[in-house]
Amino acid sequence: MDLFDNLIFGFGVALSLQNLLYCLIGVTVGTLIGVLPGIGPLSTIAILMPITYGVSPVGALIMLAGIYYGAQYGGSTTAILVNLPGETSAVVTCIDGYQMARQGRAGPALAIAAVGSFFAGTVGTLLIALFGPPLAEIALKFGSPEYFSLMLMGLVAAAVLAQGDMVKSLAMVVMGLLLGLVGSDVNTGVQRFSFGFAELSDGIGFVVVAVGVFAIGEIIANLGDKAERHVLAATVADLFPSKEDLKRCIGPILRGTGIGAFFGVLPGTGPAIASFASYMVEKKIAKDPSRFGKGAIEGVAGPESANNADAQCKFIPMLTLGLPASGVMALMLGALTIQGIQPGPEVMTTRPELFWGLIASMWIGNALLVILNLPMIGLWVKLLQVPYRFLFPAIMAFSAIGIYSVNNSSFEIYLTALFGVIGFVWMKLGCSPAPMLLGFVLGPMMEEHLRRAMLMSKGDPSVLVTRPISLGFIVVTVLILVVMIAPAVRKRRVDIAG
Amino acid sequence: MTLRLSKDVWAGAMLIAIGTAAIVIARNYPFGTPLRMGPGYFPIILGGLLTVFGLFILACGLHSSERISGSVSLRAFIILPLSLVLFGMLMEHGGFVPAIIVLIFGAATASAEFKFVEASLFSLGLTALSVVVFVWGLGLPYPLIADFH
Repeated sequence: MDLFDNLIFGFGVALSLQNLLYCLIGVTVGTLIGVLPGIGPLSTIAILMPITYGVSPVGALIMLAGIYYGAQYGGSTTAILVNLPGETSAVVTCIDGYQMARQGRAGPALAIAAVGSFFAGTVGTLLIALFGPPLAEIALKFGSPEYFSLMLMGLVAAAVLAQGDMVKSLAMVVMGLLLGLVGSDVNTGVQRFSFGFAELSDGIGFVVVAVGVFAIGEIIANLGDKAERHVLAATVADLFPSKEDLKRCIGPILRGTGIGAFFGVLPGTGPAIASFASYMVEKKIAKDPSRFGKGAIEGVAGPESANNADAQCKFIPMLTLGLPASGVMALMLGALTIQGIQPGPEVMTTRPELFWGLIASMWIGNALLVILNLPMIGLWVKLLQVPYRFLFPAIMAFSAIGIYSVNNSSFEIYLTALFGVIGFVWMKLGCSPAPMLLGFVLGPMMEEHLRRAMLMSKGDPSVLVTRPISLGFIVVTVLILVVMIAPAVRKRRVDIAG
Repeated sequence: MTLRLSKDVWAGAMLIAIGTAAIVIARNYPFGTPLRMGPGYFPIILGGLLTVFGLFILACGLHSSERISGSVSLRAFIILPLSLVLFGMLMEHGGFVPAIIVLIFGAATASAEFKFVEASLFSLGLTALSVVVFVWGLGLPYPLIADFH
């Protein structure tokens, strides 16, 4: 009953008044930004990170995680009511959810989305509790060659599976790795890429890059788009789905949870991919596929469960291996490092309250979200009407105060402005900045592990393929590259020939 | 400024420029041996990789006609970073209140829907809120208005 004891311990941590409050703040903020288009969990977590310095590590992690999965809930609300996905993960929900709303069935759609998400969240929490400890146990046996190969695999998989151009994503990973090297070299003290700025000798601040690229860069991009928003004045009457609705949704929720959990542990696949896969599956196995697109409740239940399961399971590689599987997880790792905790498999044994407290809080948070979302739906819809011209200066102000407060340094503000410009340019050139963040976080660790691996093997790089676990990671990396790149290259050739 | 070339050409060129710059700069750092990798070892590998990726993207871009899509607000592109820089300078020499007012009002002018009176009231209100929350509430140690002595 080890698992049971650990979960009880976790709930003890998460149910302390302080941590409960952080959880509530997290999921409320998360829902809020999920509802508001134009600001996502990535930028919000980046902006709020400086505020968490004064908070205990558990509290900080609980709050940031709450923002992340809270945003998934909020995003589906706007998808259903306004046909506007607050988050990319809710794009699929728009298809049938909005149709349901137009038929006056917004209530059941919202309710089933919440129920599906809650179920998926519960399963996700259990999965982390079940598989986390054994995974960490294995990871404890890893040496530097294993870590290097694991990170290589994680980065390649994240870049290759991410949405958008694969080669550009790989290039952005390398760019991130390079950025991570700025500052003095740990082994020799040589200043690298610091261009004579003393402020750069400790490296570029993590928050600076994240806020610059994701908050500032995104605002510049948003102000260029002139999208109009029409809020469907749907009155949410009759919240409860009928018995018939519920019966139809059991299968999709179960399958969606499974699909989401599977995609969740894969690096690089955002919740959008999981929810899309779930939608396709439901449509394929439905008795009457023509109902899809016209307000089929299965088309809401499946994808909503999938994206929440995905969001929860993304924590597994982060918590057990110290490997971020997405941009948000890179931010979580950054938050841990800033708190002085070296992420990795040791965290589970040295700081058990962190791991189990976070897991328990996620379940509590999911329950809080159901309460927050269903009865208070009207309030969230009202928030949609806040014009962007008020929203973005406020975001700018909070970002700036947050960054300045880290080191009381104006230099970091200038650097943030620079990264905003750079981030915007990259976005316009079709280079997604999220893989860059992964590289940025892992860069210094990767170099360090490579150096140690080389010292161990007396300079023989074959150490990476002679140790079995490391070889396994390398083989998977190569396989991913071959499977994904071969068709892409062929397609490009065809494009060129045609 | 002409943007006639496809966006992949621009992306590729930028990556090549950054990659080669990284190599050129990192050549000044001791390279070391595989056994004892110097501070220049890893950056030069990465710079090389970046250049190769850049060349590939550029080569593909020469055959593609996909232009940079979506409208760009040049106004936001200039004003937003500028208002951050002003914030940074004013935090050092002017104090919290002027810095934050200038940032909020400055940023607001980046919107095409900017209205003078509305934005003025909004920046005053949000500044007051920031003072209450950050300086009085969270106790950030910044003078509201700097002393000039």
